Amino acid sequence: MKPPPASPSRLTLKCLLLLACSALFLYEAAHADPLLTVPQPARAAELRHLLRQDCGACHGLTLQGGLGSPLTARALADKPADSLVATLLDGRPGSAMPPWRPFISEDEARWLIRQLQQGEAP
Amino acid sequence: MNRIKTLAAAAAAMLLLAGCASPALRGSGDLGVVIERANGSVQVVDNSHLTPLSRVQGLGDLSHASLVYSRDARYVYVFGRDGGISKVDILAGKLVARVLQAGNSIGGAISSDGRIVAAQNYSPGGVKLFDAETLAPLADIPALDDNGQPSKVVGLADLPGNRFAFSLFEAGEIWLLDAANPRAPVVTKYRNVGRQPYDGLASGDGRYYIAGLYGEDGLALLDNWHPDAGVRRILPGYGQGQDKQPVYKMPHLRGWSLAGDYAFLPAIGHNTVLVADSRSWQEAARVPVYGQPVFVMAEPSGRRVWVNFAFPHNDTVQVIDVPTMQVIKTLKPGRAILHMEFTARGDAVWLSSRDDDKLVVIDTQSFATVAELPAANPSGIFFSWRAGRMGM
Repeated sequence: MKPPPASPSRLTLKCLLLLACSALFLYEAAHADPLLTVPQPARAAELRHLLRQDCGACHGLTLQGGLGSPLTARALADKPADSLVATLLDGRPGSAMPPWRPFISEDEARWLIRQLQQGEAP
Repeated sequence: MNRIKTLAAAAAAMLLLAGCASPALRGSGDLGVVIERANGSVQVVDNSHLTPLSRVQGLGDLSHASLVYSRDARYVYVFGRDGGISKVDILAGKLVARVLQAGNSIGGAISSDGRIVAAQNYSPGGVKLFDAETLAPLADIPALDDNGQPSKVVGLADLPGNRFAFSLFEAGEIWLLDAANPRAPVVTKYRNVGRQPYDGLASGDGRYYIAGLYGEDGLALLDNWHPDAGVRRILPGYGQGQDKQPVYKMPHLRGWSLAGDYAFLPAIGHNTVLVADSRSWQEAARVPVYGQPVFVMAEPSGRRVWVNFAFPHNDTVQVIDVPTMQVIKTLKPGRAILHMEFTARGDAVWLSSRDDDKLVVIDTQSFATVAELPAANPSGIFFSWRAGRMGM
């Protein structure tokens, strides 16, 4: 999603429109319509497994926390989803939280965070 | 005729009684307990006949559970993530007592006289002491630093003379707890031992306590024969010149790391086993391995060291030959190998494969798989030889 290169005003307008649309689409995908970013069932099962077992290694199988902080819906209620997604993907320097970007995509991270914030995590 | 009838009835009654009253007598020296983390249950297994004996349920959240044995090796105290301590009779296969003692717990230890069970807690951070017989509370030691800030407690280990050592993750301290009077234990604090100790171990003779550090390269060593000399850093800067990789699972330390003349220790964030000379505590070798080590366990003979790895390398186990300090075997025994446990004399090692729901028993001489046993999401395996060992 790099901004378009400099171009005549009509083109810029078109680009902006396109950008706005796609941003809206992405936003919708991430926030409004869960169907659009729900991973395929097999992948969703893998992600749930990862969350429960490997995140659970530090945050607890029931996500009540451990060496890592709790990941219950209540604990995450007033934290912005974007920063949680960033922490999940890139880790948190100074803490023991590692980056998970090598193993999950940005969409998948958004889906996982939404699952957690809505208390729908396994 | 009547007399015969009466005799027969009496004999039948006796048989019935014998049958009901108790199973055949057996020892507990070859028993083990396996944590089944998904179900909140434990399995009791027999490592002579490679069979499960019983399953005990209702132990709460066992997502990061460990246990210690009573000194008679009949009971285990299981420390659950939910702060529960469950006392299980492994011969009867029954839960006999359970207390919820904290919000979030990680493990525990038992005193040298076997009378005190100590729990190490994350939340609220601290150590609590309990009567091993009844699980009645004896003392509460909150892990607050000089500024009143709480720390998670890690690396609790028993030491001779009813003492314990443990580390404070956030504060970077090691505390020695003298529980000679378990209702009024005395704490000695060692400050600035290093950044973010993540676990600790006591040597099998109780002399040394070592805390691994997450926040820096190195480990912190306390010599309990010379407690006044304080804590010193060993293997400092072991990662110099190499990028530290992200850590997807914290390593675990226990007394099995020390064998013969060496200490075998995981290098945090590196695919390396560090070897220190256990007299000088200088680095003796570095062994490159397949992934980041989680458990680095010497066979009871000390001749070989088995290593398992953090995600995403946790399908693999490697064996290091001590005289040559080389990896001599790479095994793929199952998915998500979380733990290993040797039999008392090391003829076999049991591995838990979390994602394949099985235990794998491997002959340590031939590396052949001797048996596989079903288990639900197994993690820790604890054999009863631990009952008589310090630091276990």
